[in-house]
Amino acid sequence: MLFKLLGIFWDRGKDPDGSKDVTTGAVSDPGIEPRFPALQTDSLLFEPPAGRDTRSALGATMADGPVAEVLLRRLEAADGGLDSAELATELGVEHQSVVGAVKSLQALGQIIETELRSTKRWELTTEGEEIAQEGSHEARVFRSIPPEGLPQSELMRLPSGKVGFSKAMSNKWIRVDKSAADGPRVFRVVDSVEDEVQRRLQLVRGGQAEKLGEKERSELRKRKLLTEVTLKTYWVSKGSAFSTSISKQETELSPEMISSGSWRDRPFKPYNFSAHGVLPDSGHLHPLLKVRSQFRQIFLEMGFTEMPTDNYIESSFWNFDALFQPQQHPARDQHDTFFLRDPAQAQQLPMDYVHRVKRTHSQGGYGSQGYKYNWKLDEARKNLLRTHTTAASARALYRLAQKKPFTPAKYFSIDRVFRNETLDATHLAEFHQIEGVVADHGLTLGHLMGVLREFFTKLGITQLRFKPAYNPYTEPSMEIFSYHQGLKKWVEVGNSGIFRPEMLLPMGLPENVSVIAWGLSLERPTMIKYGINNIRELVGHKVNLQMVYDSPLCRLDAERGPPSTQEAA
Amino acid sequence: MPTVSVKRDLLFRALGRTYTDEEFDELCFEFGLELDEITSEKEIISKEQGNEKAHGASDVVLYKIDVPANRYDLLCLEGLVRGLQVFKERIKTPMYKRVMPKGEVQKLIITEETAKIRPYAVAAVLRNIKFTKDRYDSFIELQEKLHQNICRKRALVAIGTHDLDTLSGPFTYTAKKPSDIKFKPLNKSKEYTACELMNIYKTDNQLKHYLHIIENKPLYPVIYDSNGVVLSMPPIINGNHSKITVNTKNVFIECTGTDFTKAKIVLDVIVTMFSEYCENQFTVEAAEVVFPNGKLHTFPELAYRKEMVRADLINKKVGIRETPENLAKLLTRMCLKSEVIGDGNQIEVEIPPTRADIIHACDIIEDAAIAYGYNNIQMTLPKTYTIANQFPLNKLTELLRQDMAAAGFTEALTFALCSQEDIADKLGMDISATKAVHISNPKTAEFQVARTTLLPGLLKTLAANRKMPLPLKLFEISDIVIKDSSRDVGARNYRHLCAVYYNKNPGFEIIHGLLDRIMQLLDVPPGEKKGGYAIKASEVSAGSSKKQQSSRKTPSALLTMPKPLTVWITIHCGKF
Repeated sequence: MLFKLLGIFWDRGKDPDGSKDVTTGAVSDPGIEPRFPALQTDSLLFEPPAGRDTRSALGATMADGPVAEVLLRRLEAADGGLDSAELATELGVEHQSVVGAVKSLQALGQIIETELRSTKRWELTTEGEEIAQEGSHEARVFRSIPPEGLPQSELMRLPSGKVGFSKAMSNKWIRVDKSAADGPRVFRVVDSVEDEVQRRLQLVRGGQAEKLGEKERSELRKRKLLTEVTLKTYWVSKGSAFSTSISKQETELSPEMISSGSWRDRPFKPYNFSAHGVLPDSGHLHPLLKVRSQFRQIFLEMGFTEMPTDNYIESSFWNFDALFQPQQHPARDQHDTFFLRDPAQAQQLPMDYVHRVKRTHSQGGYGSQGYKYNWKLDEARKNLLRTHTTAASARALYRLAQKKPFTPAKYFSIDRVFRNETLDATHLAEFHQIEGVVADHGLTLGHLMGVLREFFTKLGITQLRFKPAYNPYTEPSMEIFSYHQGLKKWVEVGNSGIFRPEMLLPMGLPENVSVIAWGLSLERPTMIKYGINNIRELVGHKVNLQMVYDSPLCRLDAERGPPSTQEAA
Repeated sequence: MPTVSVKRDLLFRALGRTYTDEEFDELCFEFGLELDEITSEKEIISKEQGNEKAHGASDVVLYKIDVPANRYDLLCLEGLVRGLQVFKERIKTPMYKRVMPKGEVQKLIITEETAKIRPYAVAAVLRNIKFTKDRYDSFIELQEKLHQNICRKRALVAIGTHDLDTLSGPFTYTAKKPSDIKFKPLNKSKEYTACELMNIYKTDNQLKHYLHIIENKPLYPVIYDSNGVVLSMPPIINGNHSKITVNTKNVFIECTGTDFTKAKIVLDVIVTMFSEYCENQFTVEAAEVVFPNGKLHTFPELAYRKEMVRADLINKKVGIRETPENLAKLLTRMCLKSEVIGDGNQIEVEIPPTRADIIHACDIIEDAAIAYGYNNIQMTLPKTYTIANQFPLNKLTELLRQDMAAAGFTEALTFALCSQEDIADKLGMDISATKAVHISNPKTAEFQVARTTLLPGLLKTLAANRKMPLPLKLFEISDIVIKDSSRDVGARNYRHLCAVYYNKNPGFEIIHGLLDRIMQLLDVPPGEKKGGYAIKASEVSAGSSKKQQSSRKTPSALLTMPKPLTVWITIHCGKF
């Protein structure tokens, strides 16, 4: 069977060289499923599945085959070398069995040297073969018509009828008499015909295709009678360790060999390092969540405490109002946010705090002009799927504000958020948001930038710059850009700012406490890291599990690309 | 974020110099704008409708510039240029003035019928304005930008601009039955009743989006002049009679709406931007509006406000050390005319009517930081000392994930939202029994409910990966959502672990073994009597499936499904 896999040699475009074929051959073979648990049974240690094992079983089993022996003997007598295809013809065997012998000898080291040669050749198709034998369809039609003619309907029922009839008509070999009593009748026009097609095909079969003109050949090819095939053959010559006697090589070291000491005298087959090894059977973590783990790790290294975010359902109050996001803000539109039908409203809100929020929105206070509109409690009660984890940050900061005296805090969260937006290759209705928050006395914009620099350095991003931006709940706000070496331009990597006093003071936080915060999505850095262009290939049930199996470790601060070359020991 | 599209050459002429694309991009970045795209009308049409349609379209270079959502004063070429020129200290920020006319002041009388539908109106006059084609286009475009942004697609405010010379005041803003309103609307050649118009506009790609604002109301808002000519039927359409053109000299502007504050802001923005082209530059003629209670207001407000900010506060919040004089200079470059007063540490900041976004000292501080240059600020690390803690549920999740993978299972990541069918019908459950939360506005069935079990997502993952070699062993540890009236929002998350085994043969013992392994990891012994776990059989309603439940603290379940051959397990992580 292995020879069969290797010997696909009259091929069209496949790389005939070595290990790659072994692998693809084995994987595509229905008999072997590389991940099937049977692979692990003991018996397979002695019969390694092709292509997955470093040690190929080819050499030992086949090198002493008859073809290989003949090949070596002929080679010994030959002047210079010999051609694998010619040898096959001489021996009357399939070319692929000679190729198999060549491959097995190659595996034994320097016994032979080979050179891959390819030649083009014209061959008959099955139909062409038939015509060379039996004559062209039109000639067969002509021959089947007796002098008294034949009803057309009967002629059409002949195997060559349809094709042959029209060809013979256009050659003016036959004619149709439509006025005959029992329907149209076909008669010969000439006495005899020259079957040119058959003659040409016979020439090709005889290996004399070059006697045909280019035009004639292409005409036959169009009729699908001829095809041009590329023949890949080996030119075999003697290697530096040439010998006609090759002993069987061992593939495995056995306990018996060690105890008897026979291993000292036995030849061993060299390992085939260019083949793939057998991958261990294992489970795999999802790439996005591997990245999530790394972000968690970074925050923990920086002393940030994880906020609870296990509440996908949030009230508009915590998601928007508490953040000083006005009730007419476009983000609160049905087009952007998933609202709930059931349970439609949040029943419990901290009413004291709610009143302070209401006053700040509608009338101002805490040094603010407010938005000056009619703030409605019903709007704040509307339940929704949180549109950002900043809602969870608001809850955490509110809890912090209730603790007296104030203690500085650093918080983070990474969890799902939901948007009712138009879906495309980079946007889904749900994604993960990463958020970091620092609350302390006297924090500045310079502090925010300093924390961001440390955070992004841990991600392996060192070139940062900041652009003024607008967020409803931070002021000042800054978008974070990093220089992308591949794209050769600055790309946005996150958003940040200092929470507005109108958000913090109604919570009860002291006036001189500032809260700096930043956020980014988890999906975007993951897509960049793992080179994924369509988010559906990363998140959701349409994910390709092979991608999950194959994804490497997530080392955010390590340079991407091939590791530095090291000589194998 | 609104995008303003301006002709590059027109912009450079107004700025008094040219820039390379990179230089202009840099300037935008510094100022808080984003040069989003460089294109042309031809390119846009060819992209949207194909090359053939674009033939003959203009190939004048357009800059598409993203403007922060709260900067209504930058939504047109005039505003952008003014902002950038002041920023670069090439011009001083103009003083906008409201004046009473020499003759009679234009009056708009609001009747009480408007109270229930669209109660507020403001108005102003741009006298002796000189339009050109480009200025006129910009004027129309600004109204469109305002409508789309601060006006919330005309729901909060709608703008009408009219050729004053075709009208005669005083004007009346009232509300009438749709059948009683009849006029020739903009760009139509005959009169229609309001009812007819609402029908006609149902197929109008632009106007159909605004119909819902008044559609089901008994009365529609409408503005007449003293001769009964209809100026507009806000927020849908203006009358054709008072249509403005490039040759219009005097423009009457009315803004009606449900939000008085925003109506005033919108009017201020329009007149401050386009009074630039009036004979008396930056001067706006007042109009009077009489409210139903008889009170008379004069518009536009064009209110200037003074704020006092301490220099050390700005320095402290930004993290810089600038003199009060320098800070005042920085603020002045942001169109906030400032000077140092009092003890030499106080800065008096004048907030012009164009900067409605300045509502707190923090907004002033941001402008100082922008003018200083964000990227010139020294980065420092805060000295905040804290001890980190993990959220316990997530800590457990992280530990379990690792060991699930070590047990040979591969992690899936599926959606939290799904269809009702996924969590109910397909699992043989009644939707009411799932206690699922329901979404009121899903665009497709995929987003009807939040999942109540992780199983559908894993089964769908199997279905999408049938070409993969067997067996497939998947798990997911994530949240599901269940209604819970004891919670403030009436619902809560539960952290679930779900695993499936998919093969040619059922492999019940494999998923059973996984359960045993998980219990081992969680240090729960087998055997109910020892206070450990046990698996019990229970029936499920659908088909011949057998469901087995393990008891004690785990309401976990094992299920063998006939097709595909999938066994699964779910565990409530919160119990451990």
